Amino acid sequence: MYFIVAGAGEVGFHLAQALLEAGHEVTVIEADRRRASFVQEKLGSIVLNEAADEGRAQMEAGCSRADALVAVTGDDAKNLVICQLAKYHCHTPRVIARVNNPKNEIVFKTLGIDETISSTRVLMSVIEQELPTGGFLPLMPLTGSQLELIEAEIAPGTPPAGRTVGSLKLPSGAVVGGVVRRGKVVHPHDETKLEVGDRVIVFAPTATEGEVRKALFG
Amino acid sequence: MNVVIVGCGRVGGFLAGLLDAEGHHVSVVDIASTSPARAERAWFQHLPSTFKGETILGDGTDLEILRQAGVEKADALLALTEGDNRNLMAAQIAQKIFGVRRVIAKVNDPVRAQIYRRQGIDTFSRTTILGTLLFAMLMEDREVGEVLIKKSLEHEKDLAHEPAPAG
Repeated sequence: MYFIVAGAGEVGFHLAQALLEAGHEVTVIEADRRRASFVQEKLGSIVLNEAADEGRAQMEAGCSRADALVAVTGDDAKNLVICQLAKYHCHTPRVIARVNNPKNEIVFKTLGIDETISSTRVLMSVIEQELPTGGFLPLMPLTGSQLELIEAEIAPGTPPAGRTVGSLKLPSGAVVGGVVRRGKVVHPHDETKLEVGDRVIVFAPTATEGEVRKALFG
Repeated sequence: MNVVIVGCGRVGGFLAGLLDAEGHHVSVVDIASTSPARAERAWFQHLPSTFKGETILGDGTDLEILRQAGVEKADALLALTEGDNRNLMAAQIAQKIFGVRRVIAKVNDPVRAQIYRRQGIDTFSRTTILGTLLFAMLMEDREVGEVLIKKSLEHEKDLAHEPAPAG
């Protein structure tokens, strides 16, 4: 497959290297001349020394025949525009944006960029998974919607422990999609009583994450 | 009208002054820059001393900052920072998330300006507007240049009457 990587910082450089090693064709677009020649030295003649947020540079990189473009600069507004230009101007079938400020994930989705990666959110998920009592884990945003999937482990002394699914004070638009109890999936009804240690899977509008947390942990 | 202006450089400050003098309610957002050259100067130095509107220090692509600036009840938002991408992001947030009716973004790259205009974001490119105007002045094309130049000379005269800011 043919990939365009916009931005050759640490993320872009290693991503390009990994894609090449996996046997893909890659073009890296990097505006900084010194950084571009560094990447060229390491990875070969796959670098275009241009600004990736210019339509002309994207055309030159062949974005209309690319299978995907990934924007991984350190500037959210730039990543948004790079992806939108590829989508509107070159009709690149798949665009993926790195989002530095996790709050911008929902903004990008609303503005038509469905696939976003926030390293902050990924790190938070890992950290929160490790915490003994704060078992609240936003798993992933759902493509093509403003919803996300959240997993939470019912802790002792929290509002849901020993209560029914129907009594949860979830925000509007949020539903319990499943309960994992001792390694088995339980189909939840309003009357399903939640036990300490149950893992509850919730579908919720991304903006209501805080309210979901409050409903499950008080 | 309630107007939010993102980016208070020379153009943003000038326009905020014009609107304010006409009795419109204007909120101006400018980023808290960390560059030392910038920090020494007043944030909103380009606003006229008579400006009665709000000034908000923050990132104009941040939903919370835009809310503070009153974007939810704004009739118009103008994105006039030095960054084309930031302007396009702020304008799209205003239009698609907050439903602001009139949204205009300054986009100096003419290619980007055109692509986004086709997507329904009103853009203007200083490059093409100024270039076209200069061309018309040189060619003495009165139809294109005259009205605009007359109007801006009037505004300049008003500005010159302004007392210089203290300090």
